[in-house]
Parts: sequence; structure tokens; C-alpha cells
Amino acid sequence: MSYSETIRKIYLDQIDQIKNAGIFKEERFIHSSQAADIEVEFPAGSSLKKVINMCANNYLGLSSHPDVVNAAHEGLDTRGYGMSSVRFICGTQDIHRELENRMTQFLGTEDTILFPSCMDANAGVFEAVLSDQDVMISDRLVHASIIDGIRLCSAMHDTFKHSNMEHLENKLQLHADKRFKMVITDGVFSMDGDTAKLDEMAGLCDKYGAMLFVDDSHATGFIGKTGRGTHEKCGVLGNVDIITTTFGKALGGASGGCVSGRKELVEMCRQKARPYLFSNTIAPVVVSGVLKVLEILSESTERRDKLENNTKHWRKGLTEAGFVLKEGNTPIVPVMLFNAKLSQNFSKDLYNEGIYAIGFFFPVVPNGQARIRTQISAGHDIHHLDKALEAFVKIGKKYGILGLTKQEIIEKYGL
Amino acid sequence: MEEIKDVVLNYVIEEYLEEDDEEITYDTPLISGGIVDSFSMVSLKRFLENKYSISIPDEKATPEAFDSVNKIVTLVREFAG
Repeated sequence: MSYSETIRKIYLDQIDQIKNAGIFKEERFIHSSQAADIEVEFPAGSSLKKVINMCANNYLGLSSHPDVVNAAHEGLDTRGYGMSSVRFICGTQDIHRELENRMTQFLGTEDTILFPSCMDANAGVFEAVLSDQDVMISDRLVHASIIDGIRLCSAMHDTFKHSNMEHLENKLQLHADKRFKMVITDGVFSMDGDTAKLDEMAGLCDKYGAMLFVDDSHATGFIGKTGRGTHEKCGVLGNVDIITTTFGKALGGASGGCVSGRKELVEMCRQKARPYLFSNTIAPVVVSGVLKVLEILSESTERRDKLENNTKHWRKGLTEAGFVLKEGNTPIVPVMLFNAKLSQNFSKDLYNEGIYAIGFFFPVVPNGQARIRTQISAGHDIHHLDKALEAFVKIGKKYGILGLTKQEIIEKYGL
Repeated sequence: MEEIKDVVLNYVIEEYLEEDDEEITYDTPLISGGIVDSFSMVSLKRFLENKYSISIPDEKATPEAFDSVNKIVTLVREFAG
């Protein structure tokens, strides 16, 4: 037997180390569809508990929308279940190209290519369009999938301090001799919920002849007046050279992602991006669902407007109750607790009160910045938010942190 | 060469430390101490090359050689002749 007891023990020790470090991840089994109200089995084997979901990326509440589900059924009936091929052999249907065209239109770009996920889009795009004559300059808080894509690319890599435009400009000057310079950022940062200064970044890219790359996964569908994304909010529609985004969050939440942007860059991905070349693309059933989502979004801004109002209501309630929040105006609302243990206990108590929200701590966020990350959805009604707020206040009182400043919470609980 | 030491120290403080971070000295481990990640070494290398008109070969630009201000000064001296 090749998998010896010695090998097993090495892995068991590593798993123990993860547990001892307090970063062991456990899944909670949801027995219902994704929505504001869900039924959860946790811990495994326990009876089902009805809770309000405050931690899904279901920003527009479309994950289980009946029209999306029906469209998916129709896609299944008319285009089948799977393609059993990569795109360029015999894995491209008319609806794949239709979705690419619809995304191009929606994002205001020149062309789009689908990927199995946005993780794959980010893993493949840099290597496809840059070489060792070039430099990638990324914000220090970009998503892990971008870091992986950067590691796979032979271009030089440098970073700038989070959202620090002066530092970015220094870096553009430092690397002025490179053939291509690509500035890389998230549109909305997933842990803090803040928005990239795309207007200033686009200006700097113009000044120094650099390309601009934005991962807008936490923005597409709801940020900006008509939900086009961070580039719409910042008034730079048409000025971002590459946008990557996901269908796994606001746009139905199933799976899949894309690279959208300059025609030639998209074509290079079609020719060279390895996750596109060597993996099946998005299943027809999912493509059909996303097409319906885009139709819903183009008919009305009702859902993103409701999300905006829900977010304001939630932020106002938490602020008035005396919690310390990360500043911002996106549906990602981090409630800052600073101490890792406190964030775990807080999350556990919330769950007992029927509120599902997760505590994040180092290494997912910087040391001493533990928090409960709440995410608001258009699927929430005001009564959901008010019930959640009631629970937050009850537990906030239990730990005596309401009205305390960051410093006072740290003094009370340590880092 | 005392001056190089301070130039490098100030650069590292400006470039890598955030407001809340603890102070560093000439011997603080930069890479193994998690202050400078291996990605960010590139700008430090480019800064030194521009500032002192030198060229540091990639094989010499190891995480060990960049692990403290004092080690970086030794590296610069080697190539500054």
C-alpha cells in the first residue's frame, strides 16, 4: 500500500496544526435554496435551524428567483446538460456566444470571453496578455485569485499600498521603462467593502501609458446607477482595459466568470488562456440562467435600488446602535470586533439567535482586525434586517462593546 | 557607507510599513519577518539599482540577501565596487 501510516500521520499532523491555529474551516449544510431565509444543519447531524442569511454574495436576491430557475429549466430542456468538450473543439453553443455579447453590452466593453469561474479568469488572463518585458502593479489587497494569476505570469510584479494613489504613481514612474504596465485592482474589496478609486487610477494610467485591470466580482450587477459596476460608479465606463467578473455572486450565483475588455486582449485569452483552453466552459443550464438575469437587470434597476436602500438601513441601524463599522457604501458591511476570539463567539451567539453571519480573523484579514462581515441582499426585507439588528444589539450588549471606540474594544479584549 | 544604511532603512519604512506598524532597525528580519513579501522585493531591487547605478543579478537577489537593512547594504557594496 503506497499510502502508508507515516504519510497519513504527516497529513493528520498538518490538519491538527490548522485546528490549533483556529483556522479550521467547517461547512454548514443548507437544506433549502439560497435566500434570505434558509434552513441549516450545523453542526453536522443536528436538527435543522431556520436562520436569516447575512453572509451570502446573493446581492440582488436572484439566486433562487423563479424566472431565473424557469430559464435554467428551459436551457436544460433545449440545450441539454453538458457539452463534454472544451470550447474550441465542440463545446461552444449559440447561447455561450450570446452571453458573451450580452456581457460586452452590459459592461460597456469591446468583447468578452467566458471562463468556468472568475478564479479561472484571473488565473489565465495575465499569462495570456503579458510577458517578461512587462510589469504588473497591483493593489496590496487584491483577491487571492489575482495573486495566483500573477504568480503564473512571467511579467515583473510590484505592489502599491492599498488605494494609495501617490504610491501607485511612484510605482508607475519606477517602472516607466517596461513595455506594458498593467495596474491591477479589485473594484470593490471583498473584506472591507471599500471601492477602488478607478477615476484617479484611470487618470494615472492615461498619464503613464498603463493598462487598467479591474476584478469587479463584488460589484457587477449593482454598483453604479444602472449596476454596470465600479467603472460606472466612478465615471470611467469604456476606460477600463480588462474587467473580470463572476456569475457566482449577484448574477444568479451559480458559477462561471468572464474576461471582458479590449478586443485584442480578449482574443489573446481565447488563443492562450489555459483555464479556457483546457477546461469545459459554463454548463448550458447556467448560461440560460445568467441570460435571464441580464434580461431582468436591463428591464429595471428596482433590485439594485432596493439593495442600496437596504444597505443604508443596515448601516444606519448598526451605527446608531454603537458598533464600529468599516466605512463604505457597498453591501459589504464589516462589523469590527478586532479580537479573533470575540469574533468567533459573537458569530456563535448570532447563530443561536437565528442570524447566520461569519467571523473573519487572521490570516483572512490582517492581525487585529477581526470582524463579522455582513452582506446585504435585495432578497432581504426590512423585517429581516430589523431582526438581525435586534440580535446584534443583544449580543453587543452581552459583550459590552456598544458605543465603544476601536481603542476601547482593543483595551477590553486585546488584539 | 553609513548613508546607504539610512537610505535603505527609510525606503523600507516608507515603502512597506503602515501607520500602526512597529518600528524596525537595521537588523530586523524583513522577508522572514513578514514585513516585505517576496513580490515586493522587486521594487526594492529596482530602487537600489536606480539609486546607486548598479545592476544586481537575479540570482544574487535572494530573499536571504534582502532579509535585513544590513544585509542589503552588504549586497549594494558588492556591486557598487
